[in-house]
Amino acid sequence: MEKFAIDNMNLYYGKFHALKNVNLHMEQNKITAFIGPSGCGKSTLLKSLNRMNDLVEGCKITGEIKLDGEDIYGNMDVNILRKRVGMVFQKANPFPMSVYDNIAFGPRTHGIKNKKELDRIVEESLRDAAIWDELKDRLKKSALGLSGGQQQRLCIARALAIKPEVLLMDEATSALDPISTGKIEELCLKLKDNYTIIMVTHNMQQALRISDNTAFFLLGEMVEYNSTDAIFSAPQDKRTEEYITGRFG
Amino acid sequence: MREYFDIELDKLNNQLIEMGGLVEQAIKNTIGMIINGNSDGLEFAREHEERINTAEKIIQNHCIRLLLHQAPVAYDLRYVSSALKMITDLERIGDQAIDIAEMAQYIKDRTNVFNMTHIAEMAKQSANMVTLAIDAFVKRDIELAKTVSRRDDIIDELFVKVKEETVEIIHSDKELGTEAIDLMMIAKYLERIGDHAVNVAEWVVFSITGNSKID
Repeated sequence: MEKFAIDNMNLYYGKFHALKNVNLHMEQNKITAFIGPSGCGKSTLLKSLNRMNDLVEGCKITGEIKLDGEDIYGNMDVNILRKRVGMVFQKANPFPMSVYDNIAFGPRTHGIKNKKELDRIVEESLRDAAIWDELKDRLKKSALGLSGGQQQRLCIARALAIKPEVLLMDEATSALDPISTGKIEELCLKLKDNYTIIMVTHNMQQALRISDNTAFFLLGEMVEYNSTDAIFSAPQDKRTEEYITGRFG
Repeated sequence: MREYFDIELDKLNNQLIEMGGLVEQAIKNTIGMIINGNSDGLEFAREHEERINTAEKIIQNHCIRLLLHQAPVAYDLRYVSSALKMITDLERIGDQAIDIAEMAQYIKDRTNVFNMTHIAEMAKQSANMVTLAIDAFVKRDIELAKTVSRRDDIIDELFVKVKEETVEIIHSDKELGTEAIDLMMIAKYLERIGDHAVNVAEWVVFSITGNSKID
C-alpha cells in the first residue's frame, strides 16, 4: 500500500531550484533509502515530508506530497503531520533531562498526564527501540550521560513515543560506531512491521543491507527509483551506475 | 577515484582471457587426438589440465578478495560474480578435454573401422563454441554470446547421430562393443563441453545486462 505520494514536486530556496520535478511513490511498511552525493537534494526532500522546510526562509514548494492520499501542504495541521511523521537526525539530540522525561516529553505535550499511562509509553517506546534492557535502571539519570549509540536509540524511542506512522531518518547512523550502527539497522528491520521508514544515507552498504527500495538523486533530480536489489545489481541509468560504483561523486 | 579497483578488474580480465586460452588449447589438442590419432596428446592434455586447475584457483581467490575488499555493486558485482561462475565451467571443460584424451587412446586403433565423420564434426563445433564464448567475453559481445547458444542445437543433433551409429556398430559386431561405448562417451563429453560453452556465454550476457537469459 502506498504511504507517501510525491507528484511533480519542485522546491526552491529563493532562486535556487533545489528539487526538480520529483515523482516518487513510497510504500507502507517498507524501508526506502535516498542516496546521492552531497547537495543532491535528498535531505531537502526528506525534510519536506514533515514540512521541516517550512522553517527555512525563502523556501517554496510546488506540486503535491500526499500522505495516505491527503495533501500535506493543503489543509493538514502541521502538528498532526509531525505527530504522524517523526524524524531522527544525524546527530543525536537528547533533551537535557532524564531518560524518562525525554520519552515522556512528546506524549505530555499531546495531553497525556496520567503517570501509569506515561510509564507504559516510556517502557513500550524504549522496548520498541531495543534499548529498554540497557536503560531500565537509569530512567531517572540524565540522557546526556548515555553513549552516542544509546542517545540515538533514545531519540528513536522518543520519536516512537507519540506513535508516528512514518519515521524519517536523516543519516541517523553516520556518527556511530559499527556496533551501534548494527543495532539501529536491526531495529529498523523490526520497526518496519509497524512503521514506514524513509532514510537518507551516505552509506550504500547500509542502504543495501536494510532498505527495500532505493531512490538515487543527482543535482536535485531523482534519477532512478527501484527495488534496492535492482538498483545495486543492474541500475538502468548510467549516472546511477557511475555513482554507486564510485566512478564519481 | 577508484584506480586500484579498476587495475584489479583489468587483472581479473587478463586472468580470464589466459584461462580461456588454456582451455581452447586443451580442446584443440583433443580434436587432434580424435581426428588425426595424435598419440602424444595425452601428456599435453594432462599438463594443461593442471594449468587450468591452477588458473581456476588463482582467479577464484582473486574474485573472493575483490568481493571482500571492494564490496562491488552494479556492473562490477555482475562481472566479478560472473567470473566466479565462468571459471567453474572452464575448469569442467578442461576436465572433459582430458577425459576425451584418455578415451581417444582406447579407440585409436578403431578409427579406421568407425565412421568418425560426425564425432569429428562434434569436436570441431564444440571447440568453436568455446572459442566463440571466450571471444564474446573478451569483446563483451552479446550477439556473439547468442551465437554460442544457437550452436548448441547443432551439437545436440550430431550427438543423436553418433548415438544411432554406435547402436549400429554394436548390433553389427559385438567385438567392437567396448570401443563403441568409448566412442559414445567421447560424444557425451563433447556434448557437455557444448553445454559449458553455453553457460559461459550466459554469464557473459548476465555480466553485461544483469539477465542471464539468452533469447
